[in-house]
Amino acid sequence: MEFFRIKKDIPFMKYALFLNAVSFITFALAVFFLLTRGLHLSVEFTGGTVMEVAYTQTADIGKVRDTVSSLGYADVIVQNFGTSRDVMIRLPVQKGVTSAQQSEQVLGALKASDPGVTLRRTEFVGPQVGEELVHGGLMALGVVVLGIVIYLAFRFEWKFGVAAVIANLHDVVIILGFFAFFQWEFSLAVLAGVLAVLGYSVNESVVIFDRIREAFRKYRKMDTREVIDHAITSTMSRTIITHASTEAVVLSMFFFGGPSLHYFALALTIGILFGIYSSVFVAAAIAMWLGVKREDLVKAPARKEGDPNDPNAGATV
Amino acid sequence: MNRYPVWKYAILVIVLLVGVLYTLPNFFGEAPAVQVSSAKSTVKVDTATLQRVETALQAAGVTADQVVLEGSSVRARFDTPDNQLKAKDAIQRALVTDPNDPSYIVALNLVSRSPAWLTALHARPMYLGLDLRGGVHFMLQVDMAAALTKKAESLAGDLRTTLRDKNIRHGGITRDGDAVDIRVRDDATLTAVRNLIADQFADLQTTSSPDGDGFRLRATIKPEAVRRVQEQALKQNMVTLHNRINELGVAEPVIQQQGLDRIIVQLPGVQDTAKAKDILGRTATLEVRMVDEGSDARSAEMGSGPVPFGSEKYLDRNGQAIIVKKQVILTGDNLTDAQPGFDSQTQEPTVNLTLDAKGSRIFRDITRDNIGKRMAIVLFEKGKGEVVTAPVIRSEIGGGRVQISGRMTTAEANDTALLLRAGSLAAPMEIIEEYTIGPSLGEDNIQRGIHSVVWGFVAISVFMCVYYALFGVISSIALSVNVLLLLAILSMLQATLTLPGIAAMALALGVAIDSNVLINERIREELRAGVSPQAAIHAGYERAWATILDSNVTTLIAGLALLAFGSGPVRGFAVVHCIGILTSMFSAVFFSRGLVNLWYGRKKKLKSVSIGQVWKPEGAAARSVAGKNQ
Repeated sequence: MEFFRIKKDIPFMKYALFLNAVSFITFALAVFFLLTRGLHLSVEFTGGTVMEVAYTQTADIGKVRDTVSSLGYADVIVQNFGTSRDVMIRLPVQKGVTSAQQSEQVLGALKASDPGVTLRRTEFVGPQVGEELVHGGLMALGVVVLGIVIYLAFRFEWKFGVAAVIANLHDVVIILGFFAFFQWEFSLAVLAGVLAVLGYSVNESVVIFDRIREAFRKYRKMDTREVIDHAITSTMSRTIITHASTEAVVLSMFFFGGPSLHYFALALTIGILFGIYSSVFVAAAIAMWLGVKREDLVKAPARKEGDPNDPNAGATV
Repeated sequence: MNRYPVWKYAILVIVLLVGVLYTLPNFFGEAPAVQVSSAKSTVKVDTATLQRVETALQAAGVTADQVVLEGSSVRARFDTPDNQLKAKDAIQRALVTDPNDPSYIVALNLVSRSPAWLTALHARPMYLGLDLRGGVHFMLQVDMAAALTKKAESLAGDLRTTLRDKNIRHGGITRDGDAVDIRVRDDATLTAVRNLIADQFADLQTTSSPDGDGFRLRATIKPEAVRRVQEQALKQNMVTLHNRINELGVAEPVIQQQGLDRIIVQLPGVQDTAKAKDILGRTATLEVRMVDEGSDARSAEMGSGPVPFGSEKYLDRNGQAIIVKKQVILTGDNLTDAQPGFDSQTQEPTVNLTLDAKGSRIFRDITRDNIGKRMAIVLFEKGKGEVVTAPVIRSEIGGGRVQISGRMTTAEANDTALLLRAGSLAAPMEIIEEYTIGPSLGEDNIQRGIHSVVWGFVAISVFMCVYYALFGVISSIALSVNVLLLLAILSMLQATLTLPGIAAMALALGVAIDSNVLINERIREELRAGVSPQAAIHAGYERAWATILDSNVTTLIAGLALLAFGSGPVRGFAVVHCIGILTSMFSAVFFSRGLVNLWYGRKKKLKSVSIGQVWKPEGAAARSVAGKNQ
């Protein structure tokens, strides 16, 4: 079986301007939604209490909401969680009342109206922890970006490092844009997913860059544009298959992982789809516009005999 | 060219064997057990305890599958939860004679069913996180500013006493934040006070400034002393938490320091979360102070005047206001024991306190000097002070034995004693993060996690086998080896597996298969270019390696950043993610190459390889060869 039977290199770079315009618009939209709607942050970031309760039959959300509101909580979110019998209640931080008192009070009130209710989980986060998490998350993002630029600059060329990071940060912003637009809950697990996507889709760009370097060495007569087209075309099959495999696992998490992994899998799905797009169309194009040349990558005198990175090693002429 | 030397195969076999060995314990599941551990530092759990447990079980007619002494606890394993409960009651009766002051903690627990020979090899199952087994998690923040204020307050008290002893006259000592201000009239006194502080108060440093017609000497706590105070406060709070949790009887509590001022408490398997929260949430500190009985204080007590300077207003249990001096005579630090009891004459419930040597001396002096006056015992819970009792001092109390009585019920006496006995905290703590996971949710999470991994694995394997034929089979085997090694390493490290960790494991499958896809695509490409099968395999692996290395390093950078800056669930994810990347490099490249070499390596005249259909466009091969010849 062979899915991809591509006879000629596809001239991707001919459409680079159009494709980059598309990604710029998507990016701008994502930023727009992030700014206007903002992220629906989980309690881990905002501080507050989350309770998950299970009923024996289908829960009456309205009634639960009324019960909780009658306790004097202003900003209560009550929604189904996973199944129709599980209910998630989110309470804001209240001064002077500990989380333990809060959750017991709420559970007591719910038990009074339906004795069959059981507590599945409570989670309380103080506001100071949330601030640290935001700080930690941004630090992690910064270190990832810096680390990747440095590594790629060292292994390839700084232009590739910058191109890869821009392309993949664009993925991150787009994932966040989706979360802002649909107001999906942005939790710590989603943050982990987003950062993992960053690493994962840079990986994709690296595969293509690797090919570009190799093609520069192999095909002396091709110009930069052709080399990039060739590199993308020849990794096409691998790109699709790898991502389809990863997506299979992610979908498996989406369907079997339960509500806790739901948004995590969603973030990964968006990340993987846009990761392909950005690595193929954006990263290479940016590298092209930054002016990658054959001389940047092929430094003939530095190569030693038997260098494992040299595709010509062992090739007899 | 596609042959591995024997030593490489030897490495592969050894790694596989070790992997299997250390993964095994995870498959035996868990059995109900009763765990006996020491509740006091003076009580040792040893073979004698083991025998007592065994005799207790025999006497009760419950047979255990296994009774072992492990570390500092005895664990008895049972076949059914029913027997487990019976056994717990029997052991409790035999070992714990006084329920108010238990020497042993008898707790329900789950232990691995894995055979003893595996345990002897230190092959233990992974430790399941709270989200998978249920339990309570708390993160507590120690209020270090309060610890320092308290230290400054007690230093101010000490200074006062010392200056009085030395007959140095001063114009008043006040505490201002973490500093102590001493007002003196003239130069000579200033020098005297300064010398005294330099001599006897090593923790203080002084600066002086003119103040009116005299001087103001400001004593601040030295930075190194500040650090020490904070360290001690944290340590003492952890010890206190240990004691409180011991009262709860939890099998494997986790009490860890996090950062400079935080403590994490995890109580796995705790069902009665309300009780746990209640006990831990009571961040009580005890202080003994004198009641202000001046006329201003009287009127403030009645609510008709302001609280006099140097005093504070607290309520007692009945809501009655009591004006108490700010100066602290004794703190919970000086308390060694607290027991509930009954007054021999009135039969009223009491709490009997035992003080340490320093505490006893201070208490004796204070009671001697203040006969007829009132003393207040103030309990601070969550930043709010409450006067437990404010008795009139009838006589000098020596020997460090103090009885607190006064309008308490037996339950209240028990509670107060427990709180005091568990040790008061050096500094107040606040719960800043808390989560409770019910046991049923934990089991659901395990099921969900396993399903995600298994179905993801099946989907990938089926596709690989169909698309890449034999090479796909080899890739799938390599993928399962990856999972095996990942599990083995996590078990070896005794890492805590959480739901995000399982998610990372599933994701690791996706990342790991990438390497094999890269290799297989490369081999196909070489074949397409007309290279001989053996050379194609060789070149495929060699050329893919550089790419695999680069892409894995970048993924690893992201993983390490998550590990460094993440907390809680993100960390659990990052650990598995990073280890998964490392194992995937081993299994996808080294191990799968080994299998390929084993299968094809010896065939000298290999005509074709089973890697699925290799489609050749006309002319493409020619161009590729031409490119090489340039």
